[in-house]
Amino acid sequence: MVSEALQAGAVTPAASPSAAVSCAHCGLSTPASAAIVSALSAEPGQRSGLETGEAPAFCCNGCKAAWEIIHGCGLERYYRVRDAGGKPARGTGRRYEEMDDPTFASLYCRPAPGGLLSTELFLEGVHCAACVWLVEKLPAVVPGVVESRLDLRRGLVRVTWDGGTTTLSDAARALDRMGYVPHPGREASAREARRREDRAGIVRLGVAGACAGNVMLLAFALYSGTFDAMEPGYREFFRWLSMGIGVLSLAWPGRVFFKGAIAALRTRTPHLDLPIAVGLLAGAVWGVLNTIRGTGEIYFDSLSVLVFVLLVGRWVQRRQQRWASDSMELLYSLTPSSARVVSREGSTWSEARETPVEALAAGDVVEVRAGDSVPVDGVVLEGESSVDQSLLTGESRPIGVRHGERVAAGSVNLAGRLVVRVEAAGRETRVGRLMELVEDATRRRAPIVRLTDRIAGHFVVVMLALAAATALAWAWINPAEAIDHATALLIVTCPCALGLATPLAVTVAIGRAARAGVLIKGGDALQQLAMPGTMLLDKTGTLTRGAMTMVRWEGDRGLMPMVAAIESRSAHPVARALVAGCGSAGGNADGVEATETTGGGMVGQVGGVEVAIGSCAFVRARAVVEPEWVRDSERSMVADGLTPVLVAGNGRVEAVAGVGDPVRDDAGAMIAALRRAGWRVGILSGDHPSIVRAVAGALGIEPGLTWGGATPEEKVRIVREQKSRGRVVMVGDGVNDAAALASADVGIAVHGGAEASLAAADVYLREPGLGAIVSLTHAARGTMRVIYRNLAASLFYNVGAAALAMAGVITPLIAAILMPASSLTVLGSSLRQRRFGGS
Amino acid sequence: MSVLYLVVPMAVVIAGAALWAFIWAVRGGQFDDLDTPGVRAALDDDDAVRARR
Repeated sequence: MVSEALQAGAVTPAASPSAAVSCAHCGLSTPASAAIVSALSAEPGQRSGLETGEAPAFCCNGCKAAWEIIHGCGLERYYRVRDAGGKPARGTGRRYEEMDDPTFASLYCRPAPGGLLSTELFLEGVHCAACVWLVEKLPAVVPGVVESRLDLRRGLVRVTWDGGTTTLSDAARALDRMGYVPHPGREASAREARRREDRAGIVRLGVAGACAGNVMLLAFALYSGTFDAMEPGYREFFRWLSMGIGVLSLAWPGRVFFKGAIAALRTRTPHLDLPIAVGLLAGAVWGVLNTIRGTGEIYFDSLSVLVFVLLVGRWVQRRQQRWASDSMELLYSLTPSSARVVSREGSTWSEARETPVEALAAGDVVEVRAGDSVPVDGVVLEGESSVDQSLLTGESRPIGVRHGERVAAGSVNLAGRLVVRVEAAGRETRVGRLMELVEDATRRRAPIVRLTDRIAGHFVVVMLALAAATALAWAWINPAEAIDHATALLIVTCPCALGLATPLAVTVAIGRAARAGVLIKGGDALQQLAMPGTMLLDKTGTLTRGAMTMVRWEGDRGLMPMVAAIESRSAHPVARALVAGCGSAGGNADGVEATETTGGGMVGQVGGVEVAIGSCAFVRARAVVEPEWVRDSERSMVADGLTPVLVAGNGRVEAVAGVGDPVRDDAGAMIAALRRAGWRVGILSGDHPSIVRAVAGALGIEPGLTWGGATPEEKVRIVREQKSRGRVVMVGDGVNDAAALASADVGIAVHGGAEASLAAADVYLREPGLGAIVSLTHAARGTMRVIYRNLAASLFYNVGAAALAMAGVITPLIAAILMPASSLTVLGSSLRQRRFGGS
Repeated sequence: MSVLYLVVPMAVVIAGAALWAFIWAVRGGQFDDLDTPGVRAALDDDDAVRARR
């Protein structure tokens, strides 16, 4: 402790400014006394932040390892090309043996041409151009790796290697040592499917753009020809060419709109594709007829541009949403997917072998180190520890486990090493079964009818009615022009700007939200969050920090340094909370002799005083005298949802500490702000009802909206019940919340949540704290305002165009001008959105 | 002006060829990642630079 503190204090350059050196890898200023020096030295002519011949110094071993591997492979150029100021390398030093397991290979690796193997890995810590260079130099570092291609935006590297000369774990270890911690890229098939979809989208976009451009060129010629008599032969020729290209545009990229319209008709749900398809079809049919007849207007220029602009809007929105879901997938992949398998060797256990979780079967034995999460459901064979099951059950208090007791996958081992016999792995575990519940809830979720689609439903009716009215009126005035004018109306009212109104506004909002640390998977979530409804919050990890803290201390404060000194010998979460809480009181306690007694406490000798710290039963068994106030404060702490810890000195109870999981500082302000905005706020937690009631009371949440002790299934039921009263937003972090997140109208996963909650949620808060939820609702309202403004603008253009068409004064030229004008208005309006969170 | 009957179809054919090239590039994965290739080109290897001189 003391030496650590000395070092920590000395790291600041101010402490010894004269002797500071900068780390050769990351550039962090480090005092020469604390720096780690490499045995290798820089070669002449190489500049890696140090002079020729000088031995490089490092701030930490991670940086030293990274520098040595980069230097040893002749890749010093990295230091010249990277951005100023690197980051300390934080390799994990893991062996990645699980990547060589046949099960891993069959799940994640695929054969590449030439008898090679390839896989995709997510890398942590990729941030600049030099990272691309360094990661792609992997073949120079690990012989046998043939190619390494990094996608900078996604942090995804595709490694191709020769299975005969090297193993994937070698490559993974090298990446780890360079400071890029690799994780297997899950769901490769889903990623492949999305890639194909993206490619098809870009092809459609390109074809639509090319068609639109070429038809416009021909249209220029035709428009000039109207004013300046054009030879009929050329006119015919250009009209036929326009038709050819226009029909290509409608039949290939434009097919998506017809498909969407047919699907909308089949399911009888309004959809924007319906009026678009009607307009496109009417224009195409009449245009083809007019081309063949050789008289009348053709509208292929407007139609091709329409297809192109609508596809641009859709592609932009998709790209933004894809970015958000890619980022969430990266987080999802950060969760460990390997277990440490051991086997019996006489009276002891063999060395642990890292194995993919997918390869585990009942009967295997795994080792779980302190701080790791338990990979399987099983029975403890050896060791004693306490586990945090808060992600699984919502219970904030750690639970002690020992020989013969059960542990569940997804809980975190807090104190000591455990050896566990596997009873269930993968989908058979309780977590796995909960995931099935999540999938079920996702399937049952009814699709939301978007605002534009609802408008489109009315729009198509009005459009057809107006066209019919125009045709009838003109049949009476001048029958020859009736169909011309009706067709013109269908084309100019085709909702081009309407189709852009939502995608553009949503794209801008999602982009701004991402920069503010909020990942939004889809535009529907924004629409749902704009109007107040019921917001249900999980307690542990969401409203609270999810970690034990000493909240209260009653009695003799003079004992605090002693408590801190004794408890610093233990890794138990309550002990850590006491160290953090008492350590700040200052003072010193030397000559500590402490012993941890299993079963709820510690006893220590400090300066001749025997101090006992622990649960009520533990301390009462060792203390004779107990003042009267102790019982009262114990009761009041239990009522407030805290765990009382008694402290006795020389057989007399001197103090009571209250340890609990306190409510986040910003929770009260957030709930008040949500209430002001009209939300009903409730707590839905799996923790003990008395603790939940205490938290609800502290935050002023009404008892009717407080549920404690809820199982995941009950959470889903309560969410469904509340949905009958309006929209429900669920905020949670744990596996136990995942199904509820999926069945709510909008699921929000908070920072540090379990992978299951990430998979189920629509929105993920990348920063700790709850303030972002309030900003999110503000941003959602702001986005909806922009959408309404866009819709109003585009409808205004459509009404004007419809009036012109009914009056019979519209020409293809006017149509060709009106359409981009309305789209540009919508574009400008979308970009004028205020910053994220501004109200 | 009758040259138009020859030139315009030629232009259309050239546009078609460009479109085909674009689709070929997309299907080959050249548009999957729009950020990294720009960076990659900026960081040539020292050896390669020397070899060219």
